[in-house]
Amino acid sequence: MMTELEHDLRRLAPVSDPLPDVSEPAAAAQLLDVAYATLDSPLGRLLLATTPTGLARLAYLDYEGEDAVLEHLATTLSPRILAAPRRLDEPRRELDEYFAGARRSFEVPLDWRLTRGFARRVLQATAKIPFGATATYKQMAAEAGSPRASRAAGNALGSNPIPIVVPCHRILHSGGGLGGYTGGIERKRLLLGVEGYGGLKRPEAYSGLKQP
Amino acid sequence: MAARNVSSAVRLPPFQTLLDAHGRDVHRFLVASVGRIDADDCYQETWIAALRAYPKLKDASNLRSWIFTVAHRKVIDHIRARRRVAVPVGVVPEAATETATEAPATTDEELWARVRELPAKQRTALALRYVVDAGYDEISSVMGTSEDAARRNVHEALKRLRTEYQP
Repeated sequence: MMTELEHDLRRLAPVSDPLPDVSEPAAAAQLLDVAYATLDSPLGRLLLATTPTGLARLAYLDYEGEDAVLEHLATTLSPRILAAPRRLDEPRRELDEYFAGARRSFEVPLDWRLTRGFARRVLQATAKIPFGATATYKQMAAEAGSPRASRAAGNALGSNPIPIVVPCHRILHSGGGLGGYTGGIERKRLLLGVEGYGGLKRPEAYSGLKQP
Repeated sequence: MAARNVSSAVRLPPFQTLLDAHGRDVHRFLVASVGRIDADDCYQETWIAALRAYPKLKDASNLRSWIFTVAHRKVIDHIRARRRVAVPVGVVPEAATETATEAPATTDEELWARVRELPAKQRTALALRYVVDAGYDEISSVMGTSEDAARRNVHEALKRLRTEYQP
């Protein structure tokens, strides 16, 4: 049985809106190990995650769910993860400029902790391929020290934790085929289009991911 | 992609999921416990303390109780600090009235201002019970008491309020 007093205590309980920010005091106390933000892009919705070292993760959210990406970061980097959009201002700005055709290379520092060994070497070599250029899987395998490991290089590129910024889309088959892309081949086509690669769609032709 | 596992024993969810799930309730609990003016500071201190302790947490089975335990400790710290600066009785609710915008604002502030004058344990138990709908098992685990003591605290608080409260 609930008395009138109990009823009033519930009914008149304090409301709170808006809530104070936690992410900035957390960062100031050096307790924010992973800060993340989401943004819309011509390639769909993206999640960006940074550590104090640098950008560690870029995920296509319609390909991998937000919860899955965050869970994975919690187990691999640190569970001290907070949404902190301001911490991602710099990479977000660079990506916006890139998609607008006003930027050809990324300057944000990277955190490579989600990569290791051969894969890390392949991806770090890939990060050096300039805007508008392409390379082959075979070349990247050689760059990473194993000229015959093209297939392993392909797997390494497929596991790229920071696509777009680490331009795995610039790696093609020796025969000229596009090869694969984690997140869908149409994204690779669109990214190469942004960079004016041979007869593919130019940036102004973008309309999301509708084209096959 | 390959990477090392940070914690092997407990699988801790991303901290943001705790904040999303319990942030609002923690804040309401703090408003009820320390008043609207000081609730924001207590709220940030609660979450910073929780974030500091989080990676070493041994048991992730009841994170809601855990975060309220941290908040409860912040309330105790706050009351102690308050006592040290010796705020004269009666001036506390002044600023609170102007921030409340919803219709039954005055009654809201009056009733809950009276709750804040209760002894600390009764006030906390009452806030947990009626603001965030905690059961007696949860109240006892947050406050580190027996379930009987939790029940008694709520009961005593209601009794005291009832002697003065006429809606």
